[in-house]
Amino acid sequence: MNKMTVFIGLLLVVIACKKASEILPELPELFKGFVQPANFPAPVYNVTKNPISKEQFELGKKLFYDARLSRNNTISCGSCHIPAAGFTHHGHDVSHGINDQLGTRNSMPIMNVAWNKAFFWDGGVADLDLLAIVPIENPVEMDERVPNILKKLEGDEQYHSMFEKAYGTSEITSVRFLKALSSFMLMATSSNAKYDKVMRKEGARFTQEEEQGYALFRSKCAHCHPEPLFTDGTFRSNGLIPSAVNDLGRYDITLNPLEKYKFKVPSLRNLKYTAPFMHDGRFLNLDGVLNHYSGEVIDNGTLDPLLKNSNGKLGIQFTVNERKLLLSFLETLNDESFIQNKLLAE
Amino acid sequence: MLYPKGDVEWGKCNRDISGLSIASHFGQDDKFCHLGNLSDSQKYKQMKTIKHILLIGVTILVLVACKKNEIPAPDNKNIGELSIEFDNIVGNKTLQLNTANYLNASGETFSLSLIQYYVSNLKFTNTQGAEYVVPQDSSYFLILGDDRNSRFAKVNVPEGDYKSVTFTLGVDSIRSTMPVEQRQGVLDPTGGHDGAGMYWGWNSGYIFFKMEGTSPSVTSADNKFRYHIGLYGGYDPTTPTLNNIKTVTLDLSKGGVAEVRKGYRSNIHLLVDLMKAFNGPTNISIAEHPTVMVSDFGSVVANNYQHMFSHDHTENGVRNENEL
Repeated sequence: MNKMTVFIGLLLVVIACKKASEILPELPELFKGFVQPANFPAPVYNVTKNPISKEQFELGKKLFYDARLSRNNTISCGSCHIPAAGFTHHGHDVSHGINDQLGTRNSMPIMNVAWNKAFFWDGGVADLDLLAIVPIENPVEMDERVPNILKKLEGDEQYHSMFEKAYGTSEITSVRFLKALSSFMLMATSSNAKYDKVMRKEGARFTQEEEQGYALFRSKCAHCHPEPLFTDGTFRSNGLIPSAVNDLGRYDITLNPLEKYKFKVPSLRNLKYTAPFMHDGRFLNLDGVLNHYSGEVIDNGTLDPLLKNSNGKLGIQFTVNERKLLLSFLETLNDESFIQNKLLAE
Repeated sequence: MLYPKGDVEWGKCNRDISGLSIASHFGQDDKFCHLGNLSDSQKYKQMKTIKHILLIGVTILVLVACKKNEIPAPDNKNIGELSIEFDNIVGNKTLQLNTANYLNASGETFSLSLIQYYVSNLKFTNTQGAEYVVPQDSSYFLILGDDRNSRFAKVNVPEGDYKSVTFTLGVDSIRSTMPVEQRQGVLDPTGGHDGAGMYWGWNSGYIFFKMEGTSPSVTSADNKFRYHIGLYGGYDPTTPTLNNIKTVTLDLSKGGVAEVRKGYRSNIHLLVDLMKAFNGPTNISIAEHPTVMVSDFGSVVANNYQHMFSHDHTENGVRNENEL
């Protein structure tokens, strides 16, 4: 009898154990390395030469959300590049950095950076690995220096172990620091909007409105915002009235008068999450943007020729219905899975 | 046949004589550079006075011999050390940060608090006209006005008699766009170069030449002026930026050819007259241009400062940096 009890007891334990492992399956591995979406071109960043390991990504992620990257340990990269806002600073025309100082430009999304030819609104940086230096050193953003950051990290055992896992030794160097941040940013791929699923024929279909909006988009917008990244990466003046800041954009980098007021063409992906719009965040919503293109464009001397019509009118003309159709197409570029991506979230 | 085998150097004879007594040299003639060819020495064994004459004669011989520069022919399979010394001066005064006052051609008094510049891509031409280009990876130097040790651009080159030197003032465009792994040491864009701050992160470019100071002619509260000159043409050839990279070539034949030999160091001593940043093709007024950074005027400054280098002399046969 006793033996029987023990036996049944053991059996139960075994079953229970088995059950437990069935009930609690292993968490799915979120990190799958850098994946090139089937409907995307080859990345600009050389991911073959710099393959991203899980450990480098994890290190980069920790750094991205670490406020010690700022002088007084208050501002992290993630402060102004919030995943839920498509890695922008939702609701802020310009971001406030250290000591609540304001910048002059709208926080850009960290999205599909592997396909970027140049970074920032003025394209001052062409190499992703050198990007992080800019906000770190900017006195109104993080106001810090990389060597100082490395000193702070030196005192943290966890970082030593993460650097070791990522790069083989626990040495904390500027190159590793920058590359780790790149590893994180490179994984921020947004390629699962409805548009992508339609293009990849994954079962999704455009509604009639979306289809018509797509056709309109292709005729009126795609020259500067070509698929599938919805930017050609060039610098153009879209006829904004200069603000009091009088931001000269690309001119500040090249000193070429022909490039005054030119800014990088932004992607049209994830607009639902990334308002406000334009380099200085002056338009609070897409209606504001469309109002600009249809009636507020001025010739500031460097206006893009594509915004000059043969009838002398500036900008892009839309009927009320066309605006509606266009907006419904732009809706299909919102990628909820990117916003919700647990891999990238803090 | 006369090349020293001991610890005496061929290029340093003059200095040795001034530092040591003739008698002590006489006592160790096997070690001294040009005494081996004395003849008839047995004749004056008992003649004290002649001994004195000999002593004088030897002295002359030594001096003459040393002047004659009897060093072995260069063997370009051997490698020797060569350095360019960037000795900063301001007009006819030495550089004394913060304390000295200088006067430029615009009649403005100024002092300097900081001077830093990049020197890169060293190239030497020997007396036969053959050129030696220093491998690029070891050809970047940051000269810091407040760090005397940084004033030497030190490289290894094949033995030879070099009559001219060419270098870049700044950082070439190819290196400026290389991956960050290939831009370490003084080129570390994160400011690893002891916080010298020689990189503009926001436009991805090195500051080639950085000069700061004060002048009563500057009307701001702190009287400061800041000249940060860079720009290499930009990463995008379709929209080039200014290119302020300057190449400097100096003829060494007048001030002394660099005789590079294995086991020794030659040092090409340049004077760098920082005054020429202000005085030159364009005389610059500090009051009118207290801050010059990323602007068209940077080219005017660069066109001036490219003329600040002159060859003063060359020290050959150096064995220890302390001798310089």
